[in-house]
Amino acid sequence: MTVKENMIAIEGLTKDFDSFRAVDNVSFNVEKGEVLGFLGPNGAGKSTTMKMLTGYLPISGGTASICGKDVTQYPLEVKSKIGYLPEGAPLYGDMTTIGFLDFIAEVRGLSGSDKQAKVDLSIEKLQLESVMNQPIETLSKGFKRRVGFAQAILHDPDILILDEPTDGLDPNQKYQVRELIKEMARDKAIIISTHILEEVEAVCSRAVIIAAGSIVFDDTPEKLKAKSTNGSLDQVFRELTHH
Amino acid sequence: MHNCLAIIKREVGAYFSTPLAYVFIVIFLALSGALTFFMGAFFERGQADLNSFFSFHPWLYLFLIPAISMRLWAEERKTGTVELLLTLPISTWVIVVGKFLAAWIFIAIALGLTFPLWLTVNYLGDPDNGVIVASYLGSFIMAGSYLAIGSCISATTRNQVIAFILTAVLCFLFLMSGVELVQSFFQGWAPSFMTEALASMSFLTHFNTIVRGVIDLRDIVFFSSIIGVFLYINTAVIHLTRGS
Repeated sequence: MTVKENMIAIEGLTKDFDSFRAVDNVSFNVEKGEVLGFLGPNGAGKSTTMKMLTGYLPISGGTASICGKDVTQYPLEVKSKIGYLPEGAPLYGDMTTIGFLDFIAEVRGLSGSDKQAKVDLSIEKLQLESVMNQPIETLSKGFKRRVGFAQAILHDPDILILDEPTDGLDPNQKYQVRELIKEMARDKAIIISTHILEEVEAVCSRAVIIAAGSIVFDDTPEKLKAKSTNGSLDQVFRELTHH
Repeated sequence: MHNCLAIIKREVGAYFSTPLAYVFIVIFLALSGALTFFMGAFFERGQADLNSFFSFHPWLYLFLIPAISMRLWAEERKTGTVELLLTLPISTWVIVVGKFLAAWIFIAIALGLTFPLWLTVNYLGDPDNGVIVASYLGSFIMAGSYLAIGSCISATTRNQVIAFILTAVLCFLFLMSGVELVQSFFQGWAPSFMTEALASMSFLTHFNTIVRGVIDLRDIVFFSSIIGVFLYINTAVIHLTRGS
């Protein structure tokens, strides 16, 4: 390993659903301290790539490894290093916020005062104190998203994979979540998928654009902006992903 | 192990977080009581045993167990929480076993609450309590077999109603395969080893031996194997249906 450690390494990653190729030969690495913005139109293969990284979907071709461990060979070790916010932040609606976070902590093998401290910390970071004892199904969309976020960062993972983390949040909440991501970026490797282009400028140190399963751009957000003739990210995005 | 406990705790909590659990227990107690006293002629028989109680269990379970098992996986698939669950550092089979055990504990609670009947029969006469204990165990392990089938079916769909109906149908087949009606249908043309194999798969046959007070290892092995096989298939189904 070099000084800059590749915490996420993807090589030729491919996913086939029957005859449809959802992800085609995608390769990239993410180092510690990097926030990678994963962009692309709906259906481009962003979520599918993330699902393979987190071990939810089996890989059809290529390899993916987390902290040097192959995702397919060491599923449990890999999963314990990842904090994952799935698309739409699915949660157990019948549980209370605190009950749900306790459950996640217990499945992750935490107990006693360590569990208590970590649950408290993630509640504090996401400002969930006011809804701690409310059933999740009664919460607003913004709170639900924050509970999903709290669940992902609870065990202080090395890797964060967030599928559209700010979707459905109001501008203030978006700002909070972005600040949180920036704050955590120092000692983690983070992948965020989004189709909000301003978000890439705001938090990401690198942008990867995927269209129809293949990578069409991989560089800094500044370079992406420089490619545009009128300085708008939207226009470059359309050019790159239009086909 | 600790994470299996976390799953069990959550699932048992999920049952009791809705009124469904209490409704289920009330229906189970009311039905099993009514069947025992009216259909089973508990008093008229004049015998100090609980045969008229246990003999209805295979039929009661046919409708009540699918109601318990239908939500186990279908709900997770519908709400998408299955993705959350399967990306936690816990093996799929541990989740399958945890969910199954939670539902089984729920059945144990419902079954345990029928104890007034047992007190009644002891008050009225002098029953063979060994047979009653054996019957309770037999009923419990048979309920486990129904549950394992139900859990497996629940993993194949995201629709709880479909899970309920398919489970009831499959359990009905297992229940009836030893009955004369079904047997006579096959006896005409199928070779005898097939009809015998079919009869040996019947829940009813195995349960009736236990209820008579005979704890035969073969019956216990039969029900345990059904549980094992269906939970194994359950795990495979979850792997196959990921992401669909």
